[in-house]
Amino acid sequence: MSASQVEGTRNHLSGIQIIRMIAGILPLAATIALLAWGMFFIRDVQAGRISLPQPITVLLAIVWGVGGLVLLFTMGNFFIEQLPERWAPKVEPILFAGPALLMLTWALVLPTFETLIASFYDQASVHFVGWKNYLYVFTDPSMLHVFRNNLLWIVFGTTFTVGAGLMIAVLADRSRFENAAKAMIFLPMAISFVGAGVIWNFVYAVRPVSAPQIGLLNAITVGLFGGQPQAWTAFFQPWNNFFLIVVEIWLQTGFAMVLFSAAIKGIPTEIMEAAQVDGANEVQVFFRIMLPQILGTIITVSTTIVIFTLKIFDVVWVMTGGQFDTSVIATEFYRQYFTYNDNGAGSAIAVVLFIAVIPVMVYNLRQFARREAL
Amino acid sequence: MKSKFFSSCLVNGTLALICLFWTIPTFGLLITSFRDRLDINSSGWWTVFPHRDWVSIQKITPAPNVDRYAPMTLGGVTATFEQFDQGITANGKRYLWIGNRRIGYLDVESYQWTADTTFTMTNYQQVLASGNLTLKLKDGTTYTQEGIGMERAFLNSLEVTIPATVIPIAMAAFAAYAFAWMKFPGRKMLFVLVVGLLVVPLQIALIPILKNFVALHINGTFLAVWLAHTGFGLPLATYLLFNYISELPRDIFEAARVDGASHFIIFVQLVIPLSVPALASFAIFQFLWVWNDYLVALVFIGGASKNQVLTQVLANLVGSLGQNWELLTAAAFISMIVPLIVFFSLQRYFVRGLLAGSVKG
Repeated sequence: MSASQVEGTRNHLSGIQIIRMIAGILPLAATIALLAWGMFFIRDVQAGRISLPQPITVLLAIVWGVGGLVLLFTMGNFFIEQLPERWAPKVEPILFAGPALLMLTWALVLPTFETLIASFYDQASVHFVGWKNYLYVFTDPSMLHVFRNNLLWIVFGTTFTVGAGLMIAVLADRSRFENAAKAMIFLPMAISFVGAGVIWNFVYAVRPVSAPQIGLLNAITVGLFGGQPQAWTAFFQPWNNFFLIVVEIWLQTGFAMVLFSAAIKGIPTEIMEAAQVDGANEVQVFFRIMLPQILGTIITVSTTIVIFTLKIFDVVWVMTGGQFDTSVIATEFYRQYFTYNDNGAGSAIAVVLFIAVIPVMVYNLRQFARREAL
Repeated sequence: MKSKFFSSCLVNGTLALICLFWTIPTFGLLITSFRDRLDINSSGWWTVFPHRDWVSIQKITPAPNVDRYAPMTLGGVTATFEQFDQGITANGKRYLWIGNRRIGYLDVESYQWTADTTFTMTNYQQVLASGNLTLKLKDGTTYTQEGIGMERAFLNSLEVTIPATVIPIAMAAFAAYAFAWMKFPGRKMLFVLVVGLLVVPLQIALIPILKNFVALHINGTFLAVWLAHTGFGLPLATYLLFNYISELPRDIFEAARVDGASHFIIFVQLVIPLSVPALASFAIFQFLWVWNDYLVALVFIGGASKNQVLTQVLANLVGSLGQNWELLTAAAFISMIVPLIVFFSLQRYFVRGLLAGSVKG
């Protein structure tokens, strides 16, 4: 919607229309004012300047957030109804798509550029330093370890998640207990990474040799194999990274499984039956029929998990804090910003993350363009 | 026939093993959260299942005048304190000294089936409540400790999650409708932007947004978290809802237009009711995402302790009380209970949302 289009219709306005427009804009303006007042009120409540019992604050906040939005759209619509008929179709898209687009611009588009600029400035974002931050990111020994760890995550995390997801989907498809089995594998998807960190920290818990082992893994190591208890995620380097990756595999396999399961069910049964009639065995059916049929899904799932793994933060932050040589890009980013207050290096790391997902972005856009062309 | 039976066993057996591996960690956490602190630290959670172990059958307290520096005869066995302290096995029984040399006693144990089934709610009480609490252990000793006060964090999580789920859905539904059924200049280009933003890592936006919040003095409040989650959730929400809304049959829109219905009426009375499955899918998605989020809360709520959400409190506990498993397990379970309920009651919608294509930034 551009200004010039509105201008073209300006010359035919009657007095009544102008009055209606003014009457229409008043409720809208009042709504916006009310929302702004509510925002400052809630801000003050939360900052402790106004004291209310917590459940009331919760309720108030929900009413403000949700009710405010409903009111905004309703009043916006009322305003549009008061407009001259020729104007309405041109203003309506602004009411419908405007809030979302404004929000996206504020939350993602502008910050991306700001971060890009900050990555060329020093710690306090005052002096231009050129490529210095990127030089640090790509040459500092600690950063190289970070990249190595992230590579381990991406390679092993993705491979095992996709592999396990595919295997379980195939097995479940031939089992009578399909739904129960899938629900069990799927369950971790509802658990936060922080919660999963606690769950697995407990599995890996280590006590002194003399004390009983209460962590499952060390109890098995000591009790069944007669080994020494190990601090799996700490001093067991560099293997400790793999013990963290297990957590991600455990969380994400359910996602892979669900998508594969749907894809397998989508393979036309005639194809499978024809292959079996022709005497193909199970293995041949899997590799020659099933795999090619679900290749598209495998690519989608793999890219999604790679992107997810690239940004992995919570698991590492909660389980080791990035110590013991387990730091990854996202934890290093957080440390640069909040521990060392280095805006420049932090921004450069964020930009590296961004650049890493650009191929996927291009792929998505191409897919979208192809679909739209149909 | 025989080979079919064999292959079915193989399939179900392998599947059962995998499921066991997947569930055991969570199950262990759940069991542990109900065990007494003393039990947690002296035995693994699996001892709640029947197993064979040494079980105390008799306690022998030697008379005060017995010389504990010379061999003692207790329960028909003669040995020195050091030997009893190590534990000696005789007559199929184990004789183990408990406590120190002067005021300890001899525990006579037999090897038999047992299960350690004392459960307690103390851990949950301590994790949820705040202020000083007097708690009782299994052996009768009481101790006073400050509660973690997760009750508050639980409410905070609700307060963060509900608006951060509903606001982006409402905004995105309007936008998705506009992109699907309205004609306006730049429509396609703007939607391409939305698709492009799907995979942008939110790390790139955190600091500029934080600066805005600091300028507005809303950093550390829930408002900040809602705005951030709304922004980060919008691309996926718009994309998913667009896919659904644009597939609705064209006829119903045309019929409604002929009847003189405005876009707003069509949207509220036709599109919203028809899109409930898609709205529900995304709602569950966003709800789980926000409830389980840690990074956004960490950056925008930060250290302002009274506004912290469950994931933050839990992560802090790991840092400060990393070995107090009775607290960690109970706290972790409290943080998991709501998403688990949502997840299992609405799993169908969630799966549908996943299948609709989900690459989130």
